[in-house]
Amino acid sequence: MVDLSLIIYCGLVTFFSRYLMIAILKKEMFTDRIREVLSFVPSAIFPAIIFPAIFLDNTGMFVFDSNPKIYAAAVAVLFGLITKNVIVTIFSGLTSYWLIIYMF
Amino acid sequence: MSNKSNIFVKGIVDVSPLMIPVVPFGIIFGVLAIDLGLSPATTMAMSIIIFGGASQIVFLQLFSAGASSLVILSSVGAVNSRHLLYGAVLSEHTSDLKMTWKIIISYFLVDQSFAVTNKYLKQSSDKDKVFHSFGAGVTCWMIWQTTTLIGIFLGSIIPEELGLSFAVPLTFIALLVDDLRKLLNVIVIIISGLIATFGYEIIPFKAYVIVAAVIGLLLAMILTKFKVFRNG
Repeated sequence: MVDLSLIIYCGLVTFFSRYLMIAILKKEMFTDRIREVLSFVPSAIFPAIIFPAIFLDNTGMFVFDSNPKIYAAAVAVLFGLITKNVIVTIFSGLTSYWLIIYMF
Repeated sequence: MSNKSNIFVKGIVDVSPLMIPVVPFGIIFGVLAIDLGLSPATTMAMSIIIFGGASQIVFLQLFSAGASSLVILSSVGAVNSRHLLYGAVLSEHTSDLKMTWKIIISYFLVDQSFAVTNKYLKQSSDKDKVFHSFGAGVTCWMIWQTTTLIGIFLGSIIPEELGLSFAVPLTFIALLVDDLRKLLNVIVIIISGLIATFGYEIIPFKAYVIVAAVIGLLLAMILTKFKVFRNG
């Protein structure tokens, strides 16, 4: 069961991450250096969600042999690089995943 | 129509194309939440109270893995740290606003609205130009709540064998495609991903997301420092 108070706390954390700088910064206080490092935030966090979801099964075991998710993710990355389109990336991955699991 | 309304509408128009990928993302969130046994009311409350796609998906992912509240909260915090940058950019243009407006603009500040507003702020010299972010954000909000609701309804219909949970890593891959073209980002992506994968069982309290993210960010600090040196 998900606790409503946990959702509220997460909501507050999310809100304050958006509000903090707007509330305290008067004018430009962020240096280019900090800006550059912060631009890496998605690259640092998203793979921590992506990789386990692809390489691990429900029990946390590493699955490398005949793992359809690896191939499908590779297809998605390829389509993403070519088209730079979010929706094409997601659906190329999902379609190839379904093709692999239903045809083989 | 007042000037502020014009800018607000401009925000709506500018962000609209970016709403196309948000539609499946919101539906996927709703479906997954129902699949995980959350009630429709709780699912809807998450979208309204948190109003952040990545945060909500991370929440579900860690909740289903059995992580503690503290780990879920700190991981959501880590995912949100990118908003600090958005807020910092907007703060330049919000400093003259009343606190109520600052709060409203903050609540509606999301990736998609920031992407289009950031572009608009550079082009426009209007004193009320920050209301662009409000218009874009409200648009995102409407789409997010509607698609969450659709997902809640579909959640009970879509069979689990379809493996729709795989859409989660795919969505995050899609959000990273621009960074996949930059060498330093690719290095950070691979290291963070490997730490999370191999640390999944080893790192206690399911804190693998936050541990991998912190190490990834430290690595980014070191790598970008090198780059500065190399350039002179």
